[in-house]
Amino acid sequence: MFYREAGDFSTTYPEDSQTFPIKFDRYRYYVVLAIAFLVIPFIINDYWANAVFLPFLIYAIAAIGLNILTGYCGQVSLGTGGFMAVGAYACYKFMTAFPDLNMFINVLLAGVVTAFVGVLFGLPSLRIKGFYLAVATLAAQFFLTWLFNRVPWFYNYSASGQINAPERTVLGVAVTGPNTEAWAAYLFCLVFCVASAVVARNLTRGSVGRRWMAIRDMDIAAEIIGVNPMKAKLTAFAVSSFFVGISGALFFAIYLGAVEVGEAFSIQKSFLILFMVIIGGLGSIFGSFAGAAFLVLLPVAMKIIGADILGMPTDIVAHLQLVVVGALIIVFLILEPHGIAQLWRVAKEKLRLWPFPH
Amino acid sequence: MSDQFLYGIEVVLNGLMAGVLYALVALGFVLIYKASGIFNYAQGVMALFAAMTLVGIMNGQVPFSHLINAIFGTKIHHFGWNVNAFLAILLTMAVMVFLAWAVQKLVMRHLVNQEPIILFMATIGLAYFLEGFSDLMWGSEIKKLDVGLPQGGSLWIEEATAGLGGEGFFGFFIDKLDIVATVVAILLVLALMAFSNYTKEGRALRAVADDHQAALSVGISLNFIWVLVWSVAGFVALVAGIMWGTKSGVQFSLSLIALKALPVLMLGGFTSIPGAIIGGLIIGVGEKLFEYCFGSGQCFGGIINLGGATENWFAYMLALIFLVFRPQGLFGDKIIERV
Repeated sequence: MFYREAGDFSTTYPEDSQTFPIKFDRYRYYVVLAIAFLVIPFIINDYWANAVFLPFLIYAIAAIGLNILTGYCGQVSLGTGGFMAVGAYACYKFMTAFPDLNMFINVLLAGVVTAFVGVLFGLPSLRIKGFYLAVATLAAQFFLTWLFNRVPWFYNYSASGQINAPERTVLGVAVTGPNTEAWAAYLFCLVFCVASAVVARNLTRGSVGRRWMAIRDMDIAAEIIGVNPMKAKLTAFAVSSFFVGISGALFFAIYLGAVEVGEAFSIQKSFLILFMVIIGGLGSIFGSFAGAAFLVLLPVAMKIIGADILGMPTDIVAHLQLVVVGALIIVFLILEPHGIAQLWRVAKEKLRLWPFPH
Repeated sequence: MSDQFLYGIEVVLNGLMAGVLYALVALGFVLIYKASGIFNYAQGVMALFAAMTLVGIMNGQVPFSHLINAIFGTKIHHFGWNVNAFLAILLTMAVMVFLAWAVQKLVMRHLVNQEPIILFMATIGLAYFLEGFSDLMWGSEIKKLDVGLPQGGSLWIEEATAGLGGEGFFGFFIDKLDIVATVVAILLVLALMAFSNYTKEGRALRAVADDHQAALSVGISLNFIWVLVWSVAGFVALVAGIMWGTKSGVQFSLSLIALKALPVLMLGGFTSIPGAIIGGLIIGVGEKLFEYCFGSGQCFGGIINLGGATENWFAYMLALIFLVFRPQGLFGDKIIERV
């Protein structure tokens, strides 16, 4: 009825190539943005920020990054945790070396540093493909976490080996450190999250994104029709690592505040983000958000249901959670290999014909 | 011979023994990969699950006791008997066969014809499931596994070799368990080779590995073969679980050896059983030597001292560098791509 392109005329080229061609989609998007920017900051409290919103936004950025690499360019990476660590440590070094620098610039610089590291570890992808590459990215994961653990320069020779985020402000409001208000941290992450999504969405539907997808679908064929595989793969690694680095920086500076690399950026984190991308949907920006939301909310929901309502011990709930996540991944792969994003697409397709399907 | 050189040899020997244990895990990967093209990430967790089940059966633990206690408020934990190690191994094997059947029936059968990467991710899901499941079933605390294998340093070797060096050298220190593991690994490989060469099922298995459709057309049941191959992989996992479990206790880190087995496979090639063994030995020796020489700075007057724990990443880096020059590994089938 209300969800269709009929009657929605594009009269200019920009209008014709906009991200959301259907009017209803466009307004829904504006409403979501308005709620995220204008409503939630006023009602958010510490519990909601720390349990749901901050991890959701930060993981969504990381999932977008991994989705660009794995979902769009077809290069499987198990090194996401390592690259997040690069972002976190780069951000820490910038924060402590240049105390007057704006926090926005710190985080962006951390992303740039991570992009360079990502390109470095992406170089073997020119020779290695598929599983072999997946395992090769494990080298990045283990080497980087080892490096940050062993070289004292990275954690400024602190006795505990941890890094702690000092207080930094944006426009006079603290966004890192112990005195941060929930809404400030939330808004800071939200800005990055929305910007990442917009940039990623436009990159993936432009010529760069088409090159990535050509490489993903069949790299030899892509090479023959004139896609430069080196450029395409390395840009995918650079862009992906940039987003992952930003999310690592936010994860450390805004969300946790203090980080021990072996714990916060272990191989489990790499898998978690990979799961988000799979469950959300490979090759879909919306899927990254859906996957992140799903895997952030699931433990919270399980904790509330299992521990608080049924009164089970927390360790059993933790084990049950592993079982449920594992089973869900298998179920998703069997029933809907394209993830939540595909369910969403199907729903929209149905809605377009509703209520006259024939 | 100088003492340092002798220490170097001891490091190499210990590396070889560690390599055998890596190879044991890698073997399970190769078996499944050859027969079904599935890269089974859950192999390490299967080893953990097998070892936990073995300990649980031997000690007469009640499965899911924590869960039952939490729901019904009871206080059960043990049946109050101890099962003989040999019998327990047989029972565990039965559990592993059942697991193989369940995996085939519930998961893999529905994923036939999917892309390899989807199958790989399904096994990651399986790994998570099994990890949580085994913790629920047997509890997550670190357990001691003792099936009567000899342990501790071998005095005999130490005394026999003590004369080689000078005053400060007391002979090679080699764990008896490592020697047992080596013997078991050799026996296992021989048994697997005999199985795949001289039995009907083994030949069917090789046929499936060569070409699924041709195997189907001569009347080999793919379903049966896949259950069989997952069972064999379960058996290998059980052996690996016993060895690692006896060495360092049955605990979660056992499942991480699966990750260590990946570079082993990449070195040896995914499709080659000898490759898995040799890859394991190269990684085992390489990482011990690297740690000895550069990790703790004992060679060349300590000019390079990386501060230890290089074992965490050395294997991956080695595999990464190696792959750049030879993408199919040492013994893998040459990768041919067509458009």
